[in-house]
Amino acid sequence: MVTEAKRAYKVIGTRPLRPDGIDKVTGRALYGADIHIPGALHARMKRSPHAHAVIKRIDASRALAMDGVKAVVTAVDLAPGGDLSKLADPAQNILAGHKALYRGQAVAAVAAINDQVAQEAVKLIDIEYEVLPHVLGPREGMQSDAPILHEALRTRGPGAVDGPTNIVAINQAAFGDVDKAFADCDIVVDDEFSTKMVHQGYIEPQAATATWAPDGQLTIWTTTQGSFPARESCAQLLNHPISKIKVIPTEIGGGFGGKISVYLEPVVALLSRKTGKPVTMRMDRSDVFEGTGPTPGTSIKARLGATKDGRIRALYADMAYENGAFPGSASITGTMVAAAAYDIEHVKVIGYDVVVNKPRTQDYRAPSAPAAAFAIEQLIDELALKLEMDPLQLRLLNAAKEGTRGPMGMPYKRIGHEECLRAALDSEHYRSPLGGPNRGRGVASGFWFNVGLRSSVNVSLQPDGTVNLIEGNTDIGGTRASLAMQLAETLGIPYEDVKPTVVDTDSVGLSDVTAGSRTTFGTGMAVHEAGKNLIKEMTARLAPLWQTTPEEIGFDDGAFRTKDGAKSGAFKEIAAQLAGRGVALTVSGSLNAGFLAGGGFAHAVVDVEVDPDTGKVTILRYTAIQDAGTAVHPSYVEGQMQGGAVQGVGWALNEEYYYDESGRMANASFLDYRLPTSLDVPMIDTIIVEVPNPLHPFGVRGVGEPGIVPPLAAIANAVTHATGVRQTQLPMSPRRILETTRGIV
Amino acid sequence: MSGRTHVTTTINGERIDFLCEPRQSLLEVLRDELDMTGSKEGCNNGNCGACNVIMDGSLVNACCVLGVEADGAAITTIEGVANGEQLHPLQKTFLEDAALQCGICTPGFIVAAKALLDREPDADEARIRHWLAGNLCRCTGYDKIVHAVLDAAALMRQVPAKA
Repeated sequence: MVTEAKRAYKVIGTRPLRPDGIDKVTGRALYGADIHIPGALHARMKRSPHAHAVIKRIDASRALAMDGVKAVVTAVDLAPGGDLSKLADPAQNILAGHKALYRGQAVAAVAAINDQVAQEAVKLIDIEYEVLPHVLGPREGMQSDAPILHEALRTRGPGAVDGPTNIVAINQAAFGDVDKAFADCDIVVDDEFSTKMVHQGYIEPQAATATWAPDGQLTIWTTTQGSFPARESCAQLLNHPISKIKVIPTEIGGGFGGKISVYLEPVVALLSRKTGKPVTMRMDRSDVFEGTGPTPGTSIKARLGATKDGRIRALYADMAYENGAFPGSASITGTMVAAAAYDIEHVKVIGYDVVVNKPRTQDYRAPSAPAAAFAIEQLIDELALKLEMDPLQLRLLNAAKEGTRGPMGMPYKRIGHEECLRAALDSEHYRSPLGGPNRGRGVASGFWFNVGLRSSVNVSLQPDGTVNLIEGNTDIGGTRASLAMQLAETLGIPYEDVKPTVVDTDSVGLSDVTAGSRTTFGTGMAVHEAGKNLIKEMTARLAPLWQTTPEEIGFDDGAFRTKDGAKSGAFKEIAAQLAGRGVALTVSGSLNAGFLAGGGFAHAVVDVEVDPDTGKVTILRYTAIQDAGTAVHPSYVEGQMQGGAVQGVGWALNEEYYYDESGRMANASFLDYRLPTSLDVPMIDTIIVEVPNPLHPFGVRGVGEPGIVPPLAAIANAVTHATGVRQTQLPMSPRRILETTRGIV
Repeated sequence: MSGRTHVTTTINGERIDFLCEPRQSLLEVLRDELDMTGSKEGCNNGNCGACNVIMDGSLVNACCVLGVEADGAAITTIEGVANGEQLHPLQKTFLEDAALQCGICTPGFIVAAKALLDREPDADEARIRHWLAGNLCRCTGYDKIVHAVLDAAALMRQVPAKA
């Protein structure tokens, strides 16, 4: 669906095959665990069996005495001067120092001649623990009598009380006067909501390989969303210059925010340094669940007030986000996004970041926003019920638009929330009847910032008129294609004439993470700049051949032309001519695309059926709607929308970190954690809305993240309508549904 | 460490001999001994299907089969699905329908779908979803994968595969 006059593109908007596709459908593509370096040792991690414990003593002598064992490392090897008291938080999450703060935290690692020996040796590392009481859950962690994780931690922010605490920070977003505004409202709705810690669930476990050469040159192969950030992290953790570190990104088997942080990389580097041999380490699935970074569970109390004509006047929210075992900042974004989709004059949102004895949390697709939307979008639904208004019309009446105060206080530029809502209203899905008992329909909107950040690419002209595109962003879902398409569009050449390659940190300029929905947007801008630079350089070299000046030559629609029209030549033709004259050309595009990249909006319409006897929720129909700005490759835009939707279905209906009383995750396998399968979901219909982003030359908006923001709330609204009971807690498992509908515990 | 067993098997139509320890899974043998890394490890306990191979006509998780059990068996892995430069219809439709994003689950899905379509060329959406429920994908939401399998089935019915 196109909402306004669209520029005519030749390549953008088409659906070509992705350049890396053949390797990925034939098994040739090499992922993290596929890197086999001759002579490599295999490493395994020893992890804490306790949720909270003092590490009294580590004795690796039995392991080191075993045949085939080459080295053991612990936090002492990471600490400056071997002094554990100088171990910074990030290092403690690589290898625990004085305390283990969650079950599954890495404590020691062993390198051996093969994986089997390494696994046996891990069992022979003797660790003496003093088990401490633990705390799980954000509100529990905030209690004054809760076990303290970090003795030195003091709360930052307004209302902070001095003394040991698990509250990392109190963050606040405040506009207007909420108390007065609520008093003036005709209708006020409020409730308390909770969501559980969930995992990104990428199918490829972390894997890393390193060689540390005698001159200190460190080479790391890893499956990562950011080879440059991984290099930076390793430099800091190992106190080693970045000029001596090369990170080679492998193909990446999913990330969703979970493969930004390093886990294995510094450890294999240390082990390689100790042994003088390449060292490789792979996580197994339980390591991934217990030892990497899931996304926080939350507890949110919220209140929304409106006048009887449906104008939302005030929002108050109190949001507690788990950070896991180390201080994080999830609640900062939580407070900013809570009111971001609407024009609400009076807002007060307080966010708490809380440390608990769970894995250090990491980003997961629009981090912190789905939980915030789970609360706010349900209150809006409740408001619509009370006002007897259509929930989409109520949203449309209050939707943020160009000029509305955005999440950081600045007015929005052109955004597409209203257009998404209108597309939902117009959809065949929304206009069709539900047809059947025990069914409900829910809708919800979602906002995500999207970011720009730094990107660099090199483009080199080949004698046959094709171009090589060298970039530093790992391709997690089709960005070789979306970047090559933007370069082809810029140069006016066919997509097939652009050959994109993702390279290591020595071979291209600095490029930030493949995250924040930024690659097609920000690296796309670098590609566009490089394309323009190439045209400029070709023009300069063409001018003497045409016996004119560069100023007299224009480039349009894939061809160079003199302004008088006397001479012209297509890109390919000119490339061949220049090559024939001995011209070699490589240009770059290197830029910072800014922090904010123009907001992204998504919407979901969901139909469910709830089995009154078993409590099972079936998703009958799902329509995902999203503003893509300009959809570069519509198939991969749809793919992002569909993937986000189904991750949201899992989060809404059954995914959770399920803890037993000892603080052990009791479902740390795919069997027990249970991601949605193909049987659990219908086809996911998509409506791509295109409201061009004024910040990007082709109007592109990031599309990776917004799609996961609406589903938790949309499904909860649907289940609420099907059952008549407001669903305030995730997951809406059969057990939970029976609890809320029939009081069965 | 136990002694190694000599195993003779046929992989993708070629006779292959290997030595393996009794504890080693077929997936370990494929990946670590034979350097056939197309079969992926996502869970190592039969829950994700990323290591699916076809063994004597049956779809199996290579992580749940012992290497020694492959003795005398005929195995098809992702590396053997294409016929030289000629892609299998499933590989073609997975590409054309954008049925992969990160691609780590793709080999397992293609092998699993091949095992289905080899015996049920008329499989419909419900059957395909049921059959593929042993394969996890976290990127696509399955929509485009199911479409790709339906499209491949239609292609295969048009042009019957040569024996």
